[in-house]
Amino acid sequence: MSTESKSAAPATFDCRVAFAEELASVAREDPRVVVVCNDSIGSSNLGSFSREFADRMVNVGIAEQDMVGVAAGLANGGYVPFVCAAAPFLSGRALEQIKNDLAYSGYHAVLCGMSPGVAYGELGPTHHSIEDVAWLRAIDNVTVMVPADPAETRGAVRWAVGASGPVYLRIGRFKVPEITPPGTRFEAGTAAQIRAGRDLTIVASGVLVHRALAAAEVLAQGGLQARVLSLHTVKPIDAEALVRAAEETGRVVTVEESTTAGGMGSAVAEVLCQRRPVPMRILGVPHFAPTGSAGFLLDHFGLDAAGIVRAARELVS
Amino acid sequence: MHMPETNKYASGAGSAPLRAVAGGPDLAAEVAAAEPGRRPELLARIATDVRATIVRTVGRARFGHVGGDLSVADVLTTLFFGVLRYRPEEPAWPDRDRFILSKGHCAAALYSVLSLARFFPAAALDGFVQPLSPLNGHPNRRKVPGVEANTGALGHGLPFGVGCAVAARLAASERRVFVVLGDGELQEGSNWEAAMAAGHRGLGNLVAVVDRNGLQQGARTEATNRLEPLSDKWRAFGWETVDVDGHDHRALLEAFTRTHEGRPRCVVAHTVKGKGVSFIEDRVEWHHKVPSEAQVKQALEELGR
Repeated sequence: MSTESKSAAPATFDCRVAFAEELASVAREDPRVVVVCNDSIGSSNLGSFSREFADRMVNVGIAEQDMVGVAAGLANGGYVPFVCAAAPFLSGRALEQIKNDLAYSGYHAVLCGMSPGVAYGELGPTHHSIEDVAWLRAIDNVTVMVPADPAETRGAVRWAVGASGPVYLRIGRFKVPEITPPGTRFEAGTAAQIRAGRDLTIVASGVLVHRALAAAEVLAQGGLQARVLSLHTVKPIDAEALVRAAEETGRVVTVEESTTAGGMGSAVAEVLCQRRPVPMRILGVPHFAPTGSAGFLLDHFGLDAAGIVRAARELVS
Repeated sequence: MHMPETNKYASGAGSAPLRAVAGGPDLAAEVAAAEPGRRPELLARIATDVRATIVRTVGRARFGHVGGDLSVADVLTTLFFGVLRYRPEEPAWPDRDRFILSKGHCAAALYSVLSLARFFPAAALDGFVQPLSPLNGHPNRRKVPGVEANTGALGHGLPFGVGCAVAARLAASERRVFVVLGDGELQEGSNWEAAMAAGHRGLGNLVAVVDRNGLQQGARTEATNRLEPLSDKWRAFGWETVDVDGHDHRALLEAFTRTHEGRPRCVVAHTVKGKGVSFIEDRVEWHHKVPSEAQVKQALEELGR
C-alpha cells in the first residue's frame, strides 16, 4: 500500500533540504558554526555549505571516532560544531566519544544523524539506525530530537545552535509533507499537538508523524477522535503533555522509526507508568529488518496508517 | 517546557569545582626567568617534587596508577613549567595552550602538577578519589581547572587535540596543542584516525607526546600487540618525529619548543615506568599496585623528599 495515498498531504519533502538551508542560514549569522563530517558532504546535502564556508567544513574522512573527538576539540575552542554523518555510524561507531568527549566533558555539539531509522532501505541493517534513540537517550546530558517535517527540522537546527551539551538531531530522508501549521513557533522540549482528540492519543516522532495523522483521519471516519502529538524532543521529554494526554484520552499509541526496546515509546512509558498508567501500544521496529525499500519496511513493520489504526482499535476495544 | 541552558548533572554530583590558588611560588615564572642553561636543572628539581607528591597522594588514597604517573612526571613537569602558556587564575583564557592527558589514568600525576602550577591548592590532593571529591580517578574538566577533556577511556585525547588544533587555526591563534599518550594506548585505532587527519591537515600547532615506557597493564607492549617501529608509523602518517630520553629535561624542552611549521610533531619520550623509585621501576605489576606505608617512606627517601 502506498503511504502517500493515505497521508493528509502529499509527502514531498526530504528534511535534509530544510536542514541544509537552515544550517547555512545560522552559519551566516553565527561565525562559531562549523561542520564536521565523515566524507558525508553529499549524503548530508552539504555541497553548497562546503562551497560557501569552505574553511568551516572539516571533513575528517571515514573516521567517526575522530570526527566526534575533533568536534569536541572545536567546541573547546569556542566553535559550535554540527557533526553530520549517517545516523548508524555517528551513533554507533562514535558512541563512546559522544558519551565522554561531549556529554561527560560538557561540550556542546549538534550531532546530526542523517537518514536514520530504515531510511537506507535495501542497504540493510548495517545501514539502518534503529538503535540510536535508545542509545543516545541513555546518556546523561544529551538532548534527543526527532523532527517530523521541514518546519520542525528548521526549528530544531536553529534552537540547537544555542543549546548546551550534545544535541542529537535526527534528520530524516524519507519524504514527508509539511504537517506543522504555518506560523507555528518551534518549542524545543515540548510535545507539539497537531491534532485534537479525546478518545486516544497517538504519540509519534519523525517521519511517522504524518502517518499517525493519516491514521487519525481513518479513525475519525469510524468515530474515534485521536489526539496526535509530534514528540520532536524525545529527551528531555514533555512529561506534562504526556500525562495530560493520558488523563484526557485514556489510551496511548506510540509510533517511531526506531527500536521498540528503549526508544521513544519506552521513554513515554517511563513517564506514564509512574505518573498516569494507561493501556499503551508501542509501535516501532522490533528487530533487524529484512530486505526492502524504506517505504516497504515501514509498512512491513505496521508503521503505516493501517497498522497504526489496527493498534489503536485493539487498544480501544 | 523549560530547556535547561546548563545541565546540572554534567559535572557529576558531589563537591564544587576547585579554584585557583592566590599567591604561592610561580614555578613556571621562575623557570622562565632563569638562564636557559639552568632551566633543565630547575625542572629536574620540580619533577622530584612532583614524584614525591604522586607517591604521597597515591599512598594516602590507597588508589592510583603509580607506575605510569612516575614515567610521565618529567614530561608533564617540562610542559607545565617550561613550555605551556596558561593562566591558572583564568583557566578558560582563550589563547592558552591546550594540554590533554589522553592517558587519563595517570590523573594523580596531572593533579600533582596542576596543584604545583597553582590551578588549585595542594591540600585538595588529600581528597584524591575520596567520596564526592572533585579529584576523580580520571580527570573531570567540570571539577578541575586546567583539565580540557574528561579522559580515561583510551584513544580519546588525540582526536580531541586535533579538534583543538583545527580550532586554533580557524581562530588564527598562536596557541599550541599538546597531547600526552600512553604507549599501550596506541593500540586503540582512534589514535590512528586522528594521526591521519593531523598529518593530512599539516597541523604544525599540534604535538603528540608518547610516554614510551614499554609496559601496559598486563605485559610489555611488544609482547601484547607490537608498536614498533613506532616512529616510522608516525612518519608514515605525515608527522615529524623526535625520539628523546623522556627523563632528560633539556631534551624534552628542545623537542617541545622547536618549531615545526606545516607538520604535526610526535615526541616519542622513552621512559621507565615507575622512574625514580627503585622497586617500582619497569615492573608490570606496578601499573596500579599501591605502595604500602613503608614503601611510601622508602620511595620518599629515594627521592630525597
